[in-house]
Amino acid sequence: MDLDPEDVFRDDEDDPESEFHQGRDFTKELLVYLVDASPKMFSTSCPSEDAKDGSLFHAAISCILESLKTQIINRSYDEVAICFFNTREKKNLQDLNGVYVFNVAEREDLDRPTARLIKEFESIEEKFDNDIGSKYGILSGSRDNSLYNALWVAQALLRKGSAKTADKRILLLTNEDDPFGSIKGITKMDMMRTTLQRAKDAQDLGISIELLPLSRRNDEFNISLFYAELLGLEGDELTQFQALAGERLKDMKEQLRKRIFKKRKIRRIKFIIANGMSIDVDTYALIRPTNPGTITWLDSVTNLPIKSDRSFICTDTGALLQEPAQRFQSYKSEDVMLSVDELSEIKRIASGHLRLLGFKPLSCLKDYHNLRPSTFIFPSDEEVIGSTCIFVALHRSMLQLNRFALAFGGSSNNPHLVALVAQNEIISGGGQVEPPGMHLIYLPYSDDIRHVEEVHADANTIAPRATDDQTKTASALVRRIDLKDFSVCQFSNPALQRHYAVLQALALDEDEMPEIKDETLPDQEGMARPGIVKLLEEFKLSVFGENYEDNDLSTGGTMTEASRKRKAIADNATKEYSKYDWLELADTGKLKDLTVAELKYYLTANNLSVTGAKAALISRILTHMGK
Amino acid sequence: MARNKEALVLVLDVGPTMHAILPQIEKVCSMLIEKKLIYSKSDEVGVVLFGTEATENELTKEVGGYEHITVLRHIKVVDGDLLQALQNLPRESVDGDFLDAIVVGMDMLIKKFGPTNKGKKRLCLITNALHPIKDPYEGTKEDQVSTIASQMMAQGMKMDCVIARLTQNMEANKRIMEENDLLLRVFSNKSSSKTVYVESPTKLLGALRTRNISPVTIYRGDLELSPKLNIKVWVYKKTSEEKFPTLKRYSNKAPPTDKFATHEVKVDYEYKSIEDPTRVVPPEQRIKGYRYGPQVVPISSAELEAVKFKPDKSVKLLGFANASNIMRHYYMKDVNIFIAEPGNAKPILAVSALARAMKEMMKVAIVRCVWRQGQGNVVVGVLTPNVSDNENIPDSFYFNVLPFAEDVREFQFPSFSNLPSSMQPNQQQQEAADRLVRMLDLAPLGKEEILQPDFTPNPILERFYRYLELKSKDKDAAVPPLDETLKKITEPDPEILFQNKSVIEDFRRCFELKENPKLKKSTRRLLKEKPSGLDDEREVLGNGSDAQPMDAIEYPCKIKTEKIGDANPVQDFEAMMSRRDSPEWVSKAIQCMKDKVFELVENSCEGDSYQKALECLTALRKGCILEQEPKQFNDFILHLYKFCQQKDLKSFCEYLASHCITLISKTEAADSEVTEDEAKTFIVKSEQGF
Repeated sequence: MDLDPEDVFRDDEDDPESEFHQGRDFTKELLVYLVDASPKMFSTSCPSEDAKDGSLFHAAISCILESLKTQIINRSYDEVAICFFNTREKKNLQDLNGVYVFNVAEREDLDRPTARLIKEFESIEEKFDNDIGSKYGILSGSRDNSLYNALWVAQALLRKGSAKTADKRILLLTNEDDPFGSIKGITKMDMMRTTLQRAKDAQDLGISIELLPLSRRNDEFNISLFYAELLGLEGDELTQFQALAGERLKDMKEQLRKRIFKKRKIRRIKFIIANGMSIDVDTYALIRPTNPGTITWLDSVTNLPIKSDRSFICTDTGALLQEPAQRFQSYKSEDVMLSVDELSEIKRIASGHLRLLGFKPLSCLKDYHNLRPSTFIFPSDEEVIGSTCIFVALHRSMLQLNRFALAFGGSSNNPHLVALVAQNEIISGGGQVEPPGMHLIYLPYSDDIRHVEEVHADANTIAPRATDDQTKTASALVRRIDLKDFSVCQFSNPALQRHYAVLQALALDEDEMPEIKDETLPDQEGMARPGIVKLLEEFKLSVFGENYEDNDLSTGGTMTEASRKRKAIADNATKEYSKYDWLELADTGKLKDLTVAELKYYLTANNLSVTGAKAALISRILTHMGK
Repeated sequence: MARNKEALVLVLDVGPTMHAILPQIEKVCSMLIEKKLIYSKSDEVGVVLFGTEATENELTKEVGGYEHITVLRHIKVVDGDLLQALQNLPRESVDGDFLDAIVVGMDMLIKKFGPTNKGKKRLCLITNALHPIKDPYEGTKEDQVSTIASQMMAQGMKMDCVIARLTQNMEANKRIMEENDLLLRVFSNKSSSKTVYVESPTKLLGALRTRNISPVTIYRGDLELSPKLNIKVWVYKKTSEEKFPTLKRYSNKAPPTDKFATHEVKVDYEYKSIEDPTRVVPPEQRIKGYRYGPQVVPISSAELEAVKFKPDKSVKLLGFANASNIMRHYYMKDVNIFIAEPGNAKPILAVSALARAMKEMMKVAIVRCVWRQGQGNVVVGVLTPNVSDNENIPDSFYFNVLPFAEDVREFQFPSFSNLPSSMQPNQQQQEAADRLVRMLDLAPLGKEEILQPDFTPNPILERFYRYLELKSKDKDAAVPPLDETLKKITEPDPEILFQNKSVIEDFRRCFELKENPKLKKSTRRLLKEKPSGLDDEREVLGNGSDAQPMDAIEYPCKIKTEKIGDANPVQDFEAMMSRRDSPEWVSKAIQCMKDKVFELVENSCEGDSYQKALECLTALRKGCILEQEPKQFNDFILHLYKFCQQKDLKSFCEYLASHCITLISKTEAADSEVTEDEAKTFIVKSEQGF
């Protein structure tokens, strides 16, 4: 429970009503990564790239690492195991050849990811040759079947947990499309049959097996050689797998990262179109702010978790109460009572479904019509067959006619007017950048919109407008300072990265605090390029005239009275500040002999808060001095 | 509080052409006062009515003229009486002169405050402006309006004009309307006045701003294009969600005689060790712990302060990007607005030049913002140009927060083009969809946009404040059903549906929807979203017939009907009733059908699903007679009646009555306890009963 008002990341307006913001769900996922470690994974086919960077094995490891890092932040209750096959050494409970289960201290083989796991996994490639080693596990002449063994080990790992509450998956990362290619005849048939049976057994136990095929442009991964059967793929499903084949390594990593995470829907809702006709759509939270997670309060003496007990006390009598079911609002100088039930009845104005109201051109959706992150909707035929067809038809029409749908609904306790904006699928470099579907955008109501522009508008003066020449210089500037291929979410959140780096360092008892690069800073070098500097100067000249430097100072005339006063106080404080020997005063404990006004000189001059009692001011000064 | 005290004069047209919309005017004015009674209790409000038979104002006594204008209330602090008066506006019989009424309103403000309270005096005119104003003694009407407008400016008054012209009174005199519109434009141009045209009652409720907030900047400083070029800007919130008010908990412990009892409840928190619940931990001994995997890492506030990310306050430009690169659904939060420092011409010009250039080139700016010193994070967002079309208002930028890499979950979804052909619409279906998207139009050309967010009230808050008022008068009042005007926000407008009846029917005919027969009922139960409000009643209704374990349905052939679907409920029901592989099917079918009927009735919009519900009920009735289960049906229909009465679905009862659905009588089924006469009179009786 978070009762702390000064949560580090909280903006003023952040609202903790947040089941919505978290997009959280409660089923646990158990996941085993099966990574092929055969020598073929280490070979690089592009000689230009440096050997380590270029290997498929490296790609696989870095994808897993990235997803572990995301997982420990977002969904740390999920459990993972990392398991290599086609290895020289073996390490598994069944003592099977060619399978190595990677793990670290204080952790079961299949367990929640820990800081140590991530740290050691980060450096696995350096130690891989020594500790684990790579070796073909399926060779003619031997009856060893490393793929069979690997599936067996994975299945045994996933024995934990009930299939009802947990979602069990095996993710197979390999570049070998024909694992039994090196052997022939009866042995091959036999080995294929037993391996397929092993996979089927696992699937019957509710474990889903997914394949992340790794391959290069010059040798395509042929899924139909063996794996299609293992995965039980047919028809259309097959084609989806082709997307990965023939990718450059960089794009492939991107794609892998996307596929490692399983889609999780928030819930299924009915989209009521008209006249009792309704289709099923699933909602997904594709975009939600990530925050540093909930705070668990600890007892600072024992570092053990504490819980908070709430008690209700009557202010008039001091009596202890049960949580009262009545609420009141003072209104017309009396208290109007409403019960909790009545309050929820007021809010219940929709059935929790989404109800279509009509369509509008996209130009009606303004940039300021936004309140919260959007929700993605995608049709489902699972319960009502035909939903997808209707959805696709509407989707196409809306794209074609440049219209969005206006609907009401969303959630039953806070339903809203929403815009449904159709998004076409965007594929770039073989991978899906934007999924096809509709985005549900929460619209404000009239009282949510503020007309700030008008506050400062003066009816008698005409607002200055840029001349064509000024606009032209601006255009040149806009054209030049161009972020090519800018995509949202290309930056990681520096505050969050720092937070987790600190946590990781503390969790592993490291002394050194890691430095995090802030990717969000402007490109100083680029801005300093002569071409841009020249355009900036031209723009400056055309808008501000010759004396831009004076501009900063000339604002005095427009300052409000309050800010002028504030400035006067600050100036005075800086002047007075220098009259005291603050260190001396602090050391001799004479700060308390000063008046509050005098103490404030120090605080104002050092940009500290000046609120609170005298004792608070003194302690603030001492803290600032580092005493 | 007092600093923001506002004085407002409502100038309301109550003439004959306004009668149709007066109920909405009463509502929107009441709402305004209700909110003032809670949030700005010391605001003062006066009311001027025009178009009244009688004449009652000071100006007419002093200088003569100003007929048919009644001061309903002088400027006074808001109270319950005012609310009462506004809820019962008189319907009068004269076509009024809005300009005269404005002058009376201004006169009241001037007499009360003189030149003081600049900027906090407001007039609010609601009229349809269909009737001509009187010719002035000298000069033109325009001159007269100009004089009044400049007087308004000089006195620091603002004016909001709501011109309510519903479609039905459009046949009014075009020439007069145009003249009046022209005069109102003079007001807009020459004074701080704003005019809103309203064609629907729903928009009227949203046209008057009832929330009074003095905006506060979240940032004042430089927009840094480069280290050497800054533009001074102020940043404000553009949108901010108005939250449902948090009500205080009520304690009834104080004796009723205690006049000064606050009835408040204090919430105390006590921290206890989880391992040893008897040990209390003092609040200052707590330390924050953050989860990192299974570990909880304790960090003291001081430590955190020392290591946390501390960017400097600034707003820096990262560069420009194509507008098409920033998809609309990436906007993360409520919206801010960047305006150039007011009154400072150079920054205004700079913003204007950039905004115009960006608009022309379809570009947006990406900026990195740290609003306050010491704010522990940065925000990356997008500036989009907002080129003003009002010459008094400078150009500005809207600012939307964009997600970071961590905030985006990149799930893969199947391509629509790869879907099997059964899920792809054929040409005929696509055409039907095109027609629906085109015809079900909320922004028809030449007419006002329906449900424009800027003029749409929040139905939940409207309902809350109205209920609060109701409760203050009668503390046992039940929550009234959602008002017709507000229903237009939550449900499609029946008029639009009616106009497009053939398009919708056509669309419906083109597509086939059916329940997935392969899906087991048990799983469907889990997935099903609980419909609002009905659960309890259904449980009671279930009478245990639903109680048998779900695995009883595990039959070798799963295609047999096990559930009543949306598409063909009557067939499904009959199929289930005729199944003979288990005696449970009959009661199951009856129960499912009851649920279905409830669902249809509750989710109906203006009765669009009544016909289907009636078909279902008829089938259910037939089934119950055949299976000799009259009580099941009779109890159900009584319950349904009660439900409809409570939930404002009386129209369904009437619908049933008109289609002669009666109880099952003894003659039809021997087990029934209802005689034939009782069965027939049942509807009449129940209508009187409630």
